[in-house]
Amino acid sequence: MDSHAPLYRDTDLVLSVESVTKSFDGFRAINDLNFYLGEGELRTIIGPNGAGKSTFMDLITGRTRPDEGTLTYHQDDGHDLDLTKMREYEVNRLGIARKFQTPSVYTQHTVYENFVLSLNRNRGVLKTLFYKETAADREEIEEVLELTRLADRRHELAGSLSHGQKQWLEIGMLLAQRPRILLVDEPAAGMSDEETERTAELLIGLRGKHSIMVIEHDMVFIRQIAKKVTVLHQGHVLKEGTFSDVANDPVVKEVYLGRSKHEDAA
Amino acid sequence: MNRLLPVDNKAEGAVFIGLLILIAALPILNAFVPEGNALHVSSFQLSVWGKYLCYAVLAMSLNVLWGYTGLLCLGQCLFFALGGYAFGMYLMLMIGELGAYKSTLPDFMVFLGYTELPAHWKPFYNPFFAVAAALLVPGLVAFIFGVLAFRSRIKGVYFSILTQALTYAAALLFFRNDFTFGGNNGFTDFKFIFGADIRSDGTARGLFIASGALLIGVYWLVAWLLQTKFGKIQKAIRDSENRVRFSGYSTTHFKVFIFVLSAMIAGMAGALFVPQAGIINPGEMWPTKGLDIVVWVAVGGRGTKIGPIIGAVLVNMLKSWSTKAYPDTWLIILGFLFVFVVLFMPNGIVGLWAQGKAFLARRKSKTSPADTGSTDDTEAPGEIEKATS
Repeated sequence: MDSHAPLYRDTDLVLSVESVTKSFDGFRAINDLNFYLGEGELRTIIGPNGAGKSTFMDLITGRTRPDEGTLTYHQDDGHDLDLTKMREYEVNRLGIARKFQTPSVYTQHTVYENFVLSLNRNRGVLKTLFYKETAADREEIEEVLELTRLADRRHELAGSLSHGQKQWLEIGMLLAQRPRILLVDEPAAGMSDEETERTAELLIGLRGKHSIMVIEHDMVFIRQIAKKVTVLHQGHVLKEGTFSDVANDPVVKEVYLGRSKHEDAA
Repeated sequence: MNRLLPVDNKAEGAVFIGLLILIAALPILNAFVPEGNALHVSSFQLSVWGKYLCYAVLAMSLNVLWGYTGLLCLGQCLFFALGGYAFGMYLMLMIGELGAYKSTLPDFMVFLGYTELPAHWKPFYNPFFAVAAALLVPGLVAFIFGVLAFRSRIKGVYFSILTQALTYAAALLFFRNDFTFGGNNGFTDFKFIFGADIRSDGTARGLFIASGALLIGVYWLVAWLLQTKFGKIQKAIRDSENRVRFSGYSTTHFKVFIFVLSAMIAGMAGALFVPQAGIINPGEMWPTKGLDIVVWVAVGGRGTKIGPIIGAVLVNMLKSWSTKAYPDTWLIILGFLFVFVVLFMPNGIVGLWAQGKAFLARRKSKTSPADTGSTDDTEAPGEIEKATS
């Protein structure tokens, strides 16, 4: 047990991941993973390529099922739910929203329509047939439009937005779902420095309102947003701690920073 | 969307009104203009146009799937044929004792030595049961296949190939004499429909008007669906299914619903087609028929409301003409047409207008680079469509 990294259990938890293992054709993408996410926490996850970061998000969101272990969602009312038995849309309806690595927005819909489709209600087949936009819906959408600075582009097709704006649109679409947990995969990828900074501000502003897990490679970005950092290596938690704890850890340096230095040299 | 007419722009409105006039005018020209007059429409011509309208509805049903939801179904002909067979069963029973063998049984049953009508044929004496079956049988087949395919996340070309295999398997089944549906000859030689002589002018007009009404009804339904949130989800599934799924929608439920709806529309078209064509056989569900429908939709304009109608009517007019003028070259013409459309007209005939405008704008911007800004807006949607399809 002492191989396990120190765990943060000082806050109320929203998500517990215990002893989870997942193999693909004999390759252990996730190996005896233990992870706890607290209410309102902003957690950053780093790790070299192939460390299992995206597989980890797939497991939480019901996209893949673990071979062993438990994934438990702790509801507001104190009841626990087993995420391993649910489909993606059911997990999402619990309030677990996910942003993908490459921005996935509805390119043939306007920015406004993208948000309409992201509201967390009227999602059954028949309900969408007879859906009428309410004042509350409009208000929520306006709020997200302001937050993501897309208000003046609301009637444009999402496909015509710049890469950075698409990333923001997708983050806005997650917020429109009013999620309890936000899983954000590389939000700063492909953004300009200024956009990256604004994204960092946005995420920091969301801390406390949502529990957030961010996967990121950009060290400057991580330094800006990170409170607690979890380092994944070979599907296992290698180290958990503050940014400086992690950045100064010799083992982390060796597997992650060290390796990237080698690559830079090469 | 326009309040009175379910159209989005003037060109679409013009075509739609033209269609309404055509549907109203042909039966009038058949009934009230005497034979011999240049404006007279013969009952034969009327039934040819009635068949075109049925094909147009069939193309619209595929467009709901392929154009708006991104599901390329190569077995749409199966649902059309199932609807046709269901209504054909009623027409076969209405022949009564006027068949070649003077028996109450359909001729092919007498020929195969049946002494009594199989139990599943008996309810088809009732025309309303037959109409209901023409809706529900394709719907049920689509439901079962859809649930199995979409739950297993089968999509893209795998879905297309499976639908083609499905219609092929069904065709082989219907070719068998012991399947009780007439084997390779299918059903023909119909005499009566709703008590009227099927060859009379009045029947031809009635069937044509029914086909036109079906077309307008389906058009209205598609237009209504598109402007609901449901329609937006449909397109969202086409463009980014993962995002839809991770926004709390069961994309499986949506796809099954659309697949069933589309199959039922195709079934209705088939039911109206058979009395006008006078025949239904397993050739109607042969895989090449499924590909034909794809060509109609692609030629007219995939993902547009009016495109499939234009495509189905024009390609079939071309087919009628070419099979008379150059009987052996029709398939070559069809193949060439498809390749040409895919290469040079990605948005079909309906997209030509925008394509032409974009082309002119590009030429203009070459000569005067100053006003490139204004052309961007008109080009953007087409470009994206190309990139995502």
